[in-house]
Amino acid sequence: MLKSFAIGLTIAVGAFFPSIAIGRIGAHALDAIGRNPEASNKIQTAMILAIAFAEAIAIYALVVALIIKFV
Amino acid sequence: MEIRLAPEILFHAGVLPVTNTLLTSWAAMALLLLLAALTRVSQRTVPGAIQNIVEIITESVFAFMNEILGDQNWAKKLFPFITTFFLFILLTNWIGILPGVGSIGLREIHDGKEVFVPLFRSVHSDLTMTLAIAIISVALAQVVGFVAGGRAYLKRFLNFKSPIFFFVGILEIVSECAKILSFSFRLFGNIFAGEVLLVVIGSLLPFLAPLPFYGLELFVGFIQALVFTMLTLVFMKMALAEAEHYAHPHHDTSLVS
Repeated sequence: MLKSFAIGLTIAVGAFFPSIAIGRIGAHALDAIGRNPEASNKIQTAMILAIAFAEAIAIYALVVALIIKFV
Repeated sequence: MEIRLAPEILFHAGVLPVTNTLLTSWAAMALLLLLAALTRVSQRTVPGAIQNIVEIITESVFAFMNEILGDQNWAKKLFPFITTFFLFILLTNWIGILPGVGSIGLREIHDGKEVFVPLFRSVHSDLTMTLAIAIISVALAQVVGFVAGGRAYLKRFLNFKSPIFFFVGILEIVSECAKILSFSFRLFGNIFAGEVLLVVIGSLLPFLAPLPFYGLELFVGFIQALVFTMLTLVFMKMALAEAEHYAHPHHDTSLVS
């Protein structure tokens, strides 16, 4: 039963900060696009890259949860 | 409802095991080769349907690479690798959600228990597959660095100018290994979690409810292929920049320009 707690808590807590980070990246990117609509392509590319890095941290937490459950 | 982390081995070709993810990747490769052959055979001055689509993909990827790399020669040299990464990952992610993948298989007896072994399985839901493609991507970036800078590129990792620079070089090596891990885990986590999501929803509410989740999986498959390709491109650009920095160093000793 403790194992179920560990699995659930790992992914739940591990997704706190990446979600905040992705929200802030998106918000700042939208600010930048609003200021300078002509550079919107470059800003979009950099935003997608940064979101991928931030999401990867949440994926690490998910992989640990999967390892605890299935291995 | 059986969810297994490791892929199932179908048969052994000599000493090497052949898993169902390997079989699916062979199917994806066959489809890509078929597309290439069809494009070549139906090539005309006034393009037909297939040639039009391939030209659209080629032009958009090449324009994107040109924008990021800034150098048309390198964009031409690296174009086959980048497009292959993108098309292969996209195709395998989308093949993984087709009906029949993961559900058509054999019933086998393992250790006295009857176990269902699917014939096909989404390629990147297997950590070995994603690790392989991540190693290829990072190694390719190093090869690009060596081709651009020669032996001076090694100074990025083994820098004996001073103890601090030596430590920075060690950190660069660690950073490359961390890139391999992060590439493989990002792709694996996204695709495997998508598979588990579809299995769970399919077993809870098989009618109508899986539709938005299939849409999500289509989107995630495309985004993960795009992110992998963009990151590979950015790391190659960084390798090129570092090779340029170490092969042609400029010493600015004057404070007044």
